[in-house]
Amino acid sequence: MSCSRMEKQMMPFVDGRLKISEQREVEAHLAACAACRLRVNEFRAVSGLLDELPQIEPSGAFDARVRARVAAEPVKQNWWAVFAPSPRAAFAASMLLLATIWIGSRPPTDHSPNVAVNPANIDPNDLPVLENYDILANFEPLTDLPQPVQGDDSDAVDGNQSM
Amino acid sequence: MARSDVQLMLDVKAGDEQSFALLLQRYRSPLVNFLYRMVRNREQAEDLAQEVFIRVYRARADYVPSAKFTTWLFRIATNLALNSLRDTRHQRMELSLDAPVKADAEDGDERTLDVADKHPDIEQHLVEEARKAMIRHAIEKLPEKQRAAVLLHKYQELDYGEIAKILSCSESALKSLLFRAYETLRVELAPLVARG
Repeated sequence: MSCSRMEKQMMPFVDGRLKISEQREVEAHLAACAACRLRVNEFRAVSGLLDELPQIEPSGAFDARVRARVAAEPVKQNWWAVFAPSPRAAFAASMLLLATIWIGSRPPTDHSPNVAVNPANIDPNDLPVLENYDILANFEPLTDLPQPVQGDDSDAVDGNQSM
Repeated sequence: MARSDVQLMLDVKAGDEQSFALLLQRYRSPLVNFLYRMVRNREQAEDLAQEVFIRVYRARADYVPSAKFTTWLFRIATNLALNSLRDTRHQRMELSLDAPVKADAEDGDERTLDVADKHPDIEQHLVEEARKAMIRHAIEKLPEKQRAAVLLHKYQELDYGEIAKILSCSESALKSLLFRAYETLRVELAPLVARG
């Protein structure tokens, strides 16, 4: 084993964490290499020095502060849990969703008021209101009803028309 | 029989707050010590340790025991410590340029070294404090990643695989990192090493 390969094995050797075969290999190198032997001893000394540092204890308020922060954490809910406190809201949302789907699935109808209509293109079959007018105008029982009173406005209109 | 960390965490996930209190009890001291040795400020170390516990608590719903609990815990702690050190680097540089030489005691109080007292016990105490200060200072001088590696290896006694995962490096890279760290410590602490 070379000194450079020893670098990666040195700490595991000091820790005693090498496999037996690796440990024997390192020991064979150390028996032949005074520099690595010295370094291993000094690493052990450093490790011993690090043991001299005492532990500190968390302050008395530490646990209380953590618990307070935990208590202040919002309760985590899944997405559907949003509706759990209010079944009415869930029902209303479902109805709204169904209505939206139903409206969306209807065939489109053109109610656009701005479309210019050419009278020549109007199909008479598309005029049921006029048909109804003819029926009503010729409906016999209605002829017995008194004639509607003509107001001043209609006179004015007639006057205007005669002009 | 004591429940394992993973079992406790799974119980926390299931809504058992008492298990979280047990985890807190189990890891409060190791975390505060690790963070204190990383950032060298007790108050900041406790704040960071609190943050670690809060992050663990927040992640409870998504917790999957894919790795050892300590690996996850110290990974959070290491990342928080490294971020904190990066954020306060400028501030610490200013402080270190102006600060007098001090031997800060483990209890967080900082005491100056030049206290004159001829009483032998106090003198001995001062010698010991100076020795500890030298060790702490040597650790503090290590590059942050090397420092984290030494602290996790020496004081948390985590295995190489765990430490490598915490530091996001290979085991081989970790062994090199530790070698370089101990090499630096060997030089820095040469007077103490020679004295034995």
